[in-house]
Amino acid sequence: MNITAYIVLSGILFTIGCVGVLTRRNAIVVFMCVELMLNASNLALVAFSRQHGNLDGQVAAFFVMVVAAAEVVVGLAIIMTIFRTRRSASVDDASLLKY
Amino acid sequence: MTAFWILAPIMVIAALGILFVRKAVHAALLLAVVMISLAVLYAALDAPFLFAVQIIVYTGAILMLFLFVLMLVGVDASDSVVETIRGQRVLASLGGLALGLVLVIGLGQISLGTAVGLDDANGEGNIQALANLLFSKYVFGFEVTSALLITAAVGAMVLAHRERLTPKPTQASLAAQRLRDYADSGKHLGPLPPPGVYARHNAVDTPALLPDGTAAGSSVSRVLAARGTVRSAPALADDIEELNRQIGGATHAGRESEAAVTTTETTPATGGEH
Repeated sequence: MNITAYIVLSGILFTIGCVGVLTRRNAIVVFMCVELMLNASNLALVAFSRQHGNLDGQVAAFFVMVVAAAEVVVGLAIIMTIFRTRRSASVDDASLLKY
Repeated sequence: MTAFWILAPIMVIAALGILFVRKAVHAALLLAVVMISLAVLYAALDAPFLFAVQIIVYTGAILMLFLFVLMLVGVDASDSVVETIRGQRVLASLGGLALGLVLVIGLGQISLGTAVGLDDANGEGNIQALANLLFSKYVFGFEVTSALLITAAVGAMVLAHRERLTPKPTQASLAAQRLRDYADSGKHLGPLPPPGVYARHNAVDTPALLPDGTAAGSSVSRVLAARGTVRSAPALADDIEELNRQIGGATHAGRESEAAVTTTETTPATGGEH
């Protein structure tokens, strides 16, 4: 079984996540796109783990999942706090440092 | 490989959907599709432990958290189409397209040779083999993870915590506030009126009619009004007329509907006179 197709799929998903982070304005959707990128890299790690025949890649993917879970918890709490003070979940509205 | 060729188009379409759907809830559901498909791909890649973790942690916990926050922040918080930086959307799309082309062409050209496969490494079971690695070679990283998780949990609690600056209103103070509102602005003291009830219509979204024939706006939920799904009583009367026309011919039904329409029309007039 060839894993090139898996790697290409992972690249496509990563690209879509990148474009989403750059174009979407809703902070929660931006966050979902970050998750998509993390998931795409996980797929590459698991595929390479199979290619090389050892489990280091799967352990790395496991660590990525743990870090993603922690990141989501803190990130969503920050979004909640910003929403509470500014009544908006748009990334454009948190621009106070600009002025 | 069959699972891959079935799931890969679904995943790409769902991921593209995240870019284009307007509502954040739809994006979350599409992300769920991507994540569950990924879990199946993990199973196909001889990673049963990651299959379970992907379902439980990502689809179960993280996406639920996303949906909870969406419910708190407001489901109708959709994207604005206004560009704050001119040409940013076009440039981002072009850059993304370039990155995608480089990745796909570059990765498509490499030849990795035949995969070794995980049959040897998974010899005594995938979970046992992962545990052997995790608690020997990667034990330091594993311990650091615990510190990270505790920091994240405490940080989320601190961020989500809100100090109560005013004392909690008691029943007596609420009643006093109501009377004060009544004295100031004449706001009705009692509970809100219930929505209207009509025979052919499940009427939570239909406002009750006041004695003078006008609709009581406060009788419909604020959420329904914001969604624009509130129906008006005259519209319902139109419905009845249309239905009678469809049935057709039956003269007595027509006469009845005429009577109904005239009563609905005359009630506001009489109410106005009073």
